[in-house]
Amino acid sequence: MNQSEENKKKVIVRVCIGTGGLAAGGKEVIEAFKKAIADFCVDIDLDFTCHYQKVGCRGFCARDVLVDVVDGDTSVTYQGIKPDIAKRIVEEHLIKGEPVKEWLIDDSYHAFHAKQLKILLKDCGTIDPEDIHAYVKVGGYDAIKKILSSMIPEDVIAEIKASGIRGRGGAGFPTGVKWEACRKAPGDVKYIVCNADEGDPGAFMDRSIIEGNPHSVIEGMMIAAYAVGSNLGYVYIRAEYPAAVDRLKLAMAQAHEMGYLGNNLFGSGFSFDLRIKLGAGAFVCGEETALIASIEGERGMPRAKPPFPVQKGLWGKPTVINNVETLSNIPYIIRNGAAWYSSIGTEKSKGTKVFALTGKVKNTGLIEVPMGIRLGEIIYDIGGGIIGDKKFKAVQTGGPSGGCIPAELLDTPVDYESLGRVGSIIGSGGMVVLDETNCMVNIAKFFLEFTQAESCGKCVPCRIGTKRLLEILDRITKGLGREGDIELLEGLCAGVKSASLCGLGQTAPNPILSTLKYFRSEYETHIREKKCPAKVCKDLLTYSIIDAACTGCGACKRACPAGAISGEKKKPHRIDPEMCIKCGACFDTCKFASVDRE
Amino acid sequence: MSEILDDIIARYREKDGNVIFLLQETQEALGYIPEEAVGYFSKKLEIPSSRFFGVVTFYSQFHLKPRGKNIISVCCGTACHVKGGSKIADRVLRDLALSAEGETTEDGKFTFEIVRCVGACSIAPVVLVNNRAYAEMSADGTSKILREIKKKESDESK
Repeated sequence: MNQSEENKKKVIVRVCIGTGGLAAGGKEVIEAFKKAIADFCVDIDLDFTCHYQKVGCRGFCARDVLVDVVDGDTSVTYQGIKPDIAKRIVEEHLIKGEPVKEWLIDDSYHAFHAKQLKILLKDCGTIDPEDIHAYVKVGGYDAIKKILSSMIPEDVIAEIKASGIRGRGGAGFPTGVKWEACRKAPGDVKYIVCNADEGDPGAFMDRSIIEGNPHSVIEGMMIAAYAVGSNLGYVYIRAEYPAAVDRLKLAMAQAHEMGYLGNNLFGSGFSFDLRIKLGAGAFVCGEETALIASIEGERGMPRAKPPFPVQKGLWGKPTVINNVETLSNIPYIIRNGAAWYSSIGTEKSKGTKVFALTGKVKNTGLIEVPMGIRLGEIIYDIGGGIIGDKKFKAVQTGGPSGGCIPAELLDTPVDYESLGRVGSIIGSGGMVVLDETNCMVNIAKFFLEFTQAESCGKCVPCRIGTKRLLEILDRITKGLGREGDIELLEGLCAGVKSASLCGLGQTAPNPILSTLKYFRSEYETHIREKKCPAKVCKDLLTYSIIDAACTGCGACKRACPAGAISGEKKKPHRIDPEMCIKCGACFDTCKFASVDRE
Repeated sequence: MSEILDDIIARYREKDGNVIFLLQETQEALGYIPEEAVGYFSKKLEIPSSRFFGVVTFYSQFHLKPRGKNIISVCCGTACHVKGGSKIADRVLRDLALSAEGETTEDGKFTFEIVRCVGACSIAPVVLVNNRAYAEMSADGTSKILREIKKKESDESK
């Protein structure tokens, strides 16, 4: 490097192109940066070089597109960047050295990160997921090199057991115990399967990890394979995640090229290779035995256990199935030691958990928190509270298998046991915040619609039970609820829970049971008074115009898709109840609060 | 069509006989799974067609009918639902004059689908138009996009 090059400052511009970033226009922003740099750099003799780096999700998707400008040791972050602002950043910040103040991140960005503890997400969002060297530079593949040169498989299993990590897919089974059972199962051929069929609605942790740090998942699979004695792994991933599939394919190709996948890795005699199987869209395939059937090319129907997959799994061979997040943790545990990992979290739930924080909170996004953090801290400190300062009503965790937790339980620590005690689960990490404008009967119905549609139909309690549960919920939300429906729901829920074959049916009643437990009066109001307190259930609402408040501006008339509103200019309008489809467009449009919804 | 299917069968044989792979490739090539294709596979591979239909109808990815030129997918995952995804879905139904999710307009220009979570929950509600995600959508915003596509389509056909 000559003197003049050394004097050049090295400036890095990082643009978020996770799914959130892309939807907000990440690609266009990158192009705009390239163009602006080219436009300005050509004519002006600049004393810095620019590097583009594509990064995965850093979590704070609510403020996308996020852009970092790293200049030596200082780094500033911009939020909500659009292509036209990229030009300004280049001109004012990169050239003149003055950050564009109005687009800098604000306090909520710092609050969003203050209580988080990032292990997995630390590298997601700072390293280029499309470059294996970026992962290697931060210690990537050191863990597999370490175990291949100095640890026997039993040592690896002991280390993982000592770390206390439990499966992040939902059930929370101790990972080391699972590996040990597979190691001990007789047979020469064994498989490692990575479950990346993230089917829970409201969850995108696994997608973000694969998009942001795919090599950590590959390395985790290699370590698992070495520990149990497997030479072939499958990644079962949703076809609906095209960006994640592409990143994974690219990562695998690079790993092959570098000799990190294939035969005789690092001269150790250990060989490992990977295959990708695209899921074809079935929620039940998150269940281990259904997932196996799907990889084998069949309908993804679960079967009775035992035998467990660790004894008799894919193609009848012992198989370990781990979730993306679990596997991604493994390299970090090996690198930093079990003692370090188990120092984080609570007595029975170790380490960190990644959550998809969504719904009615101000700061939505992907977060990583130590186990044991209180729900309230997540919602108010990290999430910044409720949008529009409305009243918090409940937080739904664990997706269709989980439950709704009310305000009085916001002190509940987030760990496997505590959430279980209040009638919910950690699940895979979906966390949807609900406010006073969400109807709890409607939420329960929403989840039952989902589980009923996704029930594979193999066992009767789940196939018929979810259908009947949905019918009852449906009539309650339509004003046709009867006295005794609540008791009927409770009895049926107990039956479906205890008699279903797999986790889907066994947990499908949870959204009903938890909302009945904490929001029973809402059910009662629907049934007895035929009213929806949150004003969500369409059939229980009537729209009318308050004459005294109506200015006759005509905005509602224009907004009404059914042509149900009539009236002369500057005179009170009228809604025809016969024609009204109760879409609420008039209510949302009126600036004078003159549409009444009862 | 038989050439395409023969090619898929050849690759299927390499991939140790995975029916899902076969169907995914067929849909990729033809846009949907025609019944004739299943009949063809059934004969050539000596697999009962019931097994194909069993798999096709089990997974939401597969379609037995041709789909429209533009695919409008409204996300109704949990986060989108609590932020009004179903209102958007209702609007699309009305705008396209369809009676149910999964239908295609008569002119074959639009197919409307409800999807259960595309994993972009922090920018909910999300609408996918031909696989491009639109963030924080509203019913009005979606109507606007539909009008733009309709205009583009009619300009093209002129």
